[in-house]
Amino acid sequence: MVIDWQNFTPLASLAGGVVIGISAGLLAARSGRILGVSGFVSGFFEADKEWTARLALIVGLILAPLLIGTVHALPSVVPEVGWPSVIFGGLLVGFGTRLASGCTSGHGVCGLSRLSLRSAVATGAFMASAIVTVFVLRHVA
Amino acid sequence: MRPLFALFIGLLFGAGLALSGMTSPAKVQGFLDITGAWDPSLAFVMAGAIGIGLVLFRIARRRLPPPSHRVDPALIGGSVLFGIGWGLVGYCPGPALTALGSLDPKALTFVAAMLAGTVLQRVVASLRDQARGLARPTGEQAAAANACGA
Repeated sequence: MVIDWQNFTPLASLAGGVVIGISAGLLAARSGRILGVSGFVSGFFEADKEWTARLALIVGLILAPLLIGTVHALPSVVPEVGWPSVIFGGLLVGFGTRLASGCTSGHGVCGLSRLSLRSAVATGAFMASAIVTVFVLRHVA
Repeated sequence: MRPLFALFIGLLFGAGLALSGMTSPAKVQGFLDITGAWDPSLAFVMAGAIGIGLVLFRIARRRLPPPSHRVDPALIGGSVLFGIGWGLVGYCPGPALTALGSLDPKALTFVAAMLAGTVLQRVVASLRDQARGLARPTGEQAAAANACGA
């Protein structure tokens, strides 16, 4: 195992993680909701009384890096892969997260914080398949 | 969930994602590439988020239904498919949405495909529910099936 020291950002990542945890914890404590992004995205197709609130959360998510970007340079958000991967990957992420009822935020952050076995299994499964996918992409294919 | 509070949570969550490095697909793939030049930063994101999460979700536990521990094939299969897409591109749903503001064509296309995948899963699930409804045997059919030893 070789550590990529050049790109390693332990402090910024830890601090960012704490902010992520605070946002998820606040939403749970105040609104009794799980901060699960794939669920909020899916809720886009459900006309209920929380539709506006879900959209507002997504708008905040989009605005945040634009606001920070005005005072602090952020790394590129553009994926370094070809168009077929972008389309196929997007379909898999949309389909898979809804089949599993959660993604990195809902299972990975909220579920693990709540010590849910279901979320631990989901997180183990998507981490493992993502690691295998990158391995195949970079070292086999 | 009030819209203004939801907007604030979205801003805070998006700021955390940007600060942590999760919004960079290259960094995410660098984290997943454990046999290459490995960038362990995102393990620190998980540690930070879950560290504070353990405390806050304990405080908030009365506001939420108890966590589920049910493990089924859909959970595992869906997570495996999600992981393939995540590894392939370096976007999970949150960072994909934060990338929309860049108006980059690949970010926009990924989110469009993610929405299509979401709709597809909803359609498949409702067709399956319908098929189950139709296939539910009536009393007479069930009796016949039992008689056949099925």
